[in-house]
Amino acid sequence: MIAKSGSKRWVSAVETAAKKAGVHVGMQAAKAQALFRGLTMIDADPAADAAALERITCWALTQYSPIVAVDGLDGIVMDTEGADHLQGGEEPMLARIANQFRAKGLTARVAIADTWGGANACARATSRDTVIIPRGETVRAVEKLPISLLRLPQKIVNDLRTLGFKTIGELANTPRAPLALRFGPEIGRRLDQTFGRTPEPIDPIRTADIVEVSRAFAEPIGAAETINKYVGRLVAQLVAELQKRGLGVRRTDLVVEKVDGTRQAIRAGTARPARDVTWLTKLFRDRTEKIEPGWGIEKMTLVAVMAEPLEDAQKASSLVQEEVADVTPLIDIFGNRGARVYRVAPVASDVPERSVKRVGAASDPEEATWVTHWKRPVRLLARPEQVDVMALMPDHPPVWVMWRGKRRKVKAADGPERIFGEWWERNSEMAAVRDYFVVEDDAGERLWIYRSGDGVDTETGSHKWFVHGVFA
Amino acid sequence: MSAVRAHVIADLRERISSIESHAVKKVGCLEFGVPEIDAVLPGGGLAHGALHEFAGGGAGTVDGAAAALFVAGIVTRTTGPIVWCLTRPDLFFPALAQVGLKADRVIFVESDKEEDVLANMEEALAFGGLGAVVGEIVRLPMTASRRLQLAAEKTVTMALAVRRWRRQTEASDFGQPTASTTRWRVSVRPSEELPVPGVGRPRWFLELMRSRAGECAEFLVGACDDKGRIHLSARPADGSHSSSRFNYSA
Repeated sequence: MIAKSGSKRWVSAVETAAKKAGVHVGMQAAKAQALFRGLTMIDADPAADAAALERITCWALTQYSPIVAVDGLDGIVMDTEGADHLQGGEEPMLARIANQFRAKGLTARVAIADTWGGANACARATSRDTVIIPRGETVRAVEKLPISLLRLPQKIVNDLRTLGFKTIGELANTPRAPLALRFGPEIGRRLDQTFGRTPEPIDPIRTADIVEVSRAFAEPIGAAETINKYVGRLVAQLVAELQKRGLGVRRTDLVVEKVDGTRQAIRAGTARPARDVTWLTKLFRDRTEKIEPGWGIEKMTLVAVMAEPLEDAQKASSLVQEEVADVTPLIDIFGNRGARVYRVAPVASDVPERSVKRVGAASDPEEATWVTHWKRPVRLLARPEQVDVMALMPDHPPVWVMWRGKRRKVKAADGPERIFGEWWERNSEMAAVRDYFVVEDDAGERLWIYRSGDGVDTETGSHKWFVHGVFA
Repeated sequence: MSAVRAHVIADLRERISSIESHAVKKVGCLEFGVPEIDAVLPGGGLAHGALHEFAGGGAGTVDGAAAALFVAGIVTRTTGPIVWCLTRPDLFFPALAQVGLKADRVIFVESDKEEDVLANMEEALAFGGLGAVVGEIVRLPMTASRRLQLAAEKTVTMALAVRRWRRQTEASDFGQPTASTTRWRVSVRPSEELPVPGVGRPRWFLELMRSRAGECAEFLVGACDDKGRIHLSARPADGSHSSSRFNYSA
């Protein structure tokens, strides 16, 4: 990709194959062309890039965090505090973001750090997909990084390089006064922002069609009861607004702006569109204790980030049939507390560990069920545990089983129940076989054990024995 | 003046009776369908709106398999959605489906911390309208059990606690007093004998260790069938256990 500045044409982005040929960012276009014949050159379109970035930012707003903004020319910054629980924590969230970009054919570097500056520098320095800088480790993480990642104007960076500064750490350990005299206050400000010594509020992006209600306070508020009271009023306002438009919310953000210019946000998600005052109020009141009022709250905003049409449905009123309680509000309470809420559903697979899948707790019920005439254990071990047995090959149950340091004499057994590998899942399962037995020892404990392989052909498995589950 | 006083007194009486009725309210029971067991339990079954505790015996204190299946059999016979709170997701649902529990009735709530399980159970109980709330927990302190019991009473939802410990030696904790209405221990026993080689219907040794306003008892039962029902089993053939004495008060 070629960018123009004045009469100069230079390389502004390179794909992997071209990078191998020796083309790098900042090179003159003519030089790159000379280096590799038939190089495809595309003119850069900064306006289209910016528009695309903004589109991605708006999408990230509905998906990941209440406070999202465009960061520089090529980044997105999010304040994920108070929202990562909806994705199952920081690590799964980062992995999911990286995967979603990869699915679209884009390469993304994702980093979480205490400060905007820290995350910005780490994301651009790393070669891994995801980086998590633990709390309070920002200084250590960034001190070895080059000064170009400090978000300073290019001219200052060049001048600093001339003076011999290479890393952020070196710059941070230099007395401030001479630097400020020479370069102005910019360096000190950026350093402090990166290390979290001065706040750097993120101005969140907003789209036009978002439903938003807010309340500014003449006097900053701070007491928990007051916060709760106004949350209740804002929810009522928002619901009235949604009612007018026939919408229900899926994601709602409460953004509080504090006197010192910082923002804090709480996000609440619902499993299906909601427009119920008590339900939404409960979701926020559960977590208003997380708000740190600090010096006081100046303004509270309630934003319906993701809204879906919600029409009033007629309830089936029957005299005979009992009404089944709607548990969606309860599911939301659990979900917003950070618990994993799910139901299970059958999968058409004979392999036990594949026969159950987790589905969303609010998804539609499935009619299918497990079809099996064999007994199934109540507890399935996460990994089958290898055991010592004595058994007559090829198809007799074991005479004794040695599991977890205890030798059990088998009194009764059922089996074998043969389960074949699923070659359409994995090539290595082409010939694999497991022979399952239900064994009962003389104390009455019942175990589910299997032999890997059919007992004759070593192609089908190692002929080792495993315990896979415990019966009641 | 006297009219005002009469009104105030009537109002107070009404309030007192409403407080009292909360404790003695007839909430109904879920019977086992086994006359011998139902006769022992006050009210003729497991009370709705109460906390019941279940634990395994022997190796079952760690895996809690029999206790979980016994509980699954109980919740199968209730109506409405079930909330199942746990920290260790090793429950294999096909086994629960085999005692008649439908997968779309059960909502699993998995949390990382033990305390969250108790909090989630309480939240689910307070929500009301559920068939039962099940929690798999290690420790059940007096205060926590009291809170669960009160929450269950308030919405008349059945609370079932499956106790399972990390190690077998920790199971002595089950002797500690809690506010639960009944307390059961379910241990596995050799299965019913078949005329052919194989494993017959599993048998459990069911101990009712504590029952509020009732007596303790023990039974030898056949495990849940495909409708979640247990049945009283005949005396075990080996006679190794003195389990067939039923000291119930009919």
